[in-house]
Amino acid sequence: MSTKNIEEKQYLLRFKCDTKSHLTVLDHDVCMTQCPDKVCTVFCPAEVYKWEGTRMQVGYEGCHECGSCRIGCPYQNIKWEYPKGGHGIVFRLA
Amino acid sequence: MPEKFDVIVVGAGPAGSSCALTCAKNGLNVLLIERGEYPGAKNVMGGVLYRKQMEELVPEFWKEAPLERPVIEQRFWMLDKESVVQFGYKGLEWAVEPYNNFTVLRAQFDQWFAGKAVEAGALLINETVVTECIVENGKVVGVRTDRPDGEVYADVVVLADGVNSLLSKQLGFHKEFRPDEVALTVMEVINLPKEKINDRFNVEDNQGCTIEIFGDSTKGNLGTAFLYTNKDSLNIGVGTTLSSMIKAKLKPYELLDYLKNHPMVKPLIDGGESAEYLAHLIPEGGYRSVPKVAGNGVIVIGDAAQLVNAIHREGSNMAMYSGKLAAEAVVQAKNREDFSESSLNSYREALYGSFIMKDLEKYKDAAHTFEKYPQYFNDYVPMMNKAMSKFFTVDGTPKREKQKQIMKSVTGEKGTLRVLQDIYRAWKAVK
Repeated sequence: MSTKNIEEKQYLLRFKCDTKSHLTVLDHDVCMTQCPDKVCTVFCPAEVYKWEGTRMQVGYEGCHECGSCRIGCPYQNIKWEYPKGGHGIVFRLA
Repeated sequence: MPEKFDVIVVGAGPAGSSCALTCAKNGLNVLLIERGEYPGAKNVMGGVLYRKQMEELVPEFWKEAPLERPVIEQRFWMLDKESVVQFGYKGLEWAVEPYNNFTVLRAQFDQWFAGKAVEAGALLINETVVTECIVENGKVVGVRTDRPDGEVYADVVVLADGVNSLLSKQLGFHKEFRPDEVALTVMEVINLPKEKINDRFNVEDNQGCTIEIFGDSTKGNLGTAFLYTNKDSLNIGVGTTLSSMIKAKLKPYELLDYLKNHPMVKPLIDGGESAEYLAHLIPEGGYRSVPKVAGNGVIVIGDAAQLVNAIHREGSNMAMYSGKLAAEAVVQAKNREDFSESSLNSYREALYGSFIMKDLEKYKDAAHTFEKYPQYFNDYVPMMNKAMSKFFTVDGTPKREKQKQIMKSVTGEKGTLRVLQDIYRAWKAVK
C-alpha cells in the first residue's frame, strides 16, 4: 500500500534513538505569547512539534534532521544540534 | 589513529567522498568522518546522478556502482488540476555508454562511493559527529568530535557537512540561512514491479524516465515535484522554498499526498508499496548565498557551500566536482607547505572559474524572481493548460478565431503590458 498520512510515512523509517533530545525549544513562553501561527507545527515534515496549550512538545525521536525548524522558526527559538554519532534517522534507500 | 592527518574531510556524501578519494589518490593521509551509521544514512536526493563529473573520479563507474536506471527520457509537466501540458526529450544515445545520467538510491550509492575513497587509502570513521573546528591563532588546525578524546588534527579541514553546515556557520563563513534560501523537499520511495514500470513509462529494462512537475504539484507555490524511475521502485517527491511553505501554511507530507493522488500522477504509481519516506533541505539560494569557501586551514565544498543549480536539478555533480577541485588545491598547498587562506584560495579561483559558479551566476536572479512574482506558477501554468485545451478541442470554431480567443484570454486577464513585463522578467532571470 502507498501511505496516506504522516503516521504511515513515519512508520516506514528506521530510527536509532538517542536518549537525549538534539532539539531544544529555548523558551516556551515565546511560542505561547509571540507566535500565534506556530509554523513549526505546520511545516515540520515529521510532525516533530506539537503545541500542547502551554508548551511545545518536541518528538525528536522522529526527526529527519533536515534543519527546517532551525531556519524557519521566526524567533530563532530552537536550538538545533545533530544527534550523537550513529544515532537519529537511518535512511536505508534514497 | 595517528595524531595528525594531511586532510580531514567532514561528511561522506558526494562532495566529501570525492575530495577524500582525490586526496588519497595523490598520496595524502586522509581522515573521512561521517556522522551516520554508514555513508548515505543521512543523505537524500531525488535521484539523478550525472555521469560526467562522476566519471572523472571513477572511470566507467557504471560498470560497478550501484545505479538504478540510465535516464533516456526527461519529461516536463505543466500541471493543472485536471490536465497537464507536457514536453520532453527521449533519446537512445542516452541508453548506451557513456550515458548522460542515472537514477540512484543514495544510501547504497554513497556507501559504495565512500568505499572507493577507502580503497584509495582514506580512513573512514562512521558514527562520529564533528562538533566544532579547532581554531588556533586564526587558523583551523583540526576538529573536535563527540567521541571520547575526540580531537583530531590536520593541515586542512574540508567541510562537506551538507546543507546545514553548522561548521562553516561556526567559523563565521555565513550567517543562518533565510527560509527563502532553502527548499524543503519530501519524497517517498514506492516499490513497483519492474514490468509495471516499463509498461507505464514506456521504457525497457535498464532504461529510465524522469518527470519534473510544475504548477499544481506545489499548489502554485515556488517549487517543483518529481517522479523518477528506479529498477523496481519510483521516487516521487515535492518541495518548495521553506518561505513558501510557511507563507502558504503547507504541510509537506500533505502536499506529497496531494501529488500522489493527483489524477495525472495516480495511475503511474497505482498499486505501489511505500518503502521509505524522506525529508531534506536543498540549498537553493544560488550564487548570492555561496559563503566564503576557503579560509586558513579550511575549505568548504558541496551543499555546505550551497552549490546547487535548482533550475537544472544539478547538485551532486557540483558537489563531486567541488570536492575534486578542493583536493587539487590541498595537494598544491601541501607541495608549498602553505595552508593559509591565500594558498587555499586556489580552490576558490578554480571553483569560480568552473561551470559550477558560472551556472550559478547565470541563474543568480531566478529564484528571487520566481519567489517575488508567483504568477509564473500560479497563473501561467493554468493558462497554458486552458490554451492547449481550447486549441485542440474541435468545436467548429475556425482556428484563427481560436488563436484570437486564446490571445485575448491571456492578455485580457492581465493586460498586454503586464504579460510582456512578465515574459521579459522571466527571460532576464534565466538568460
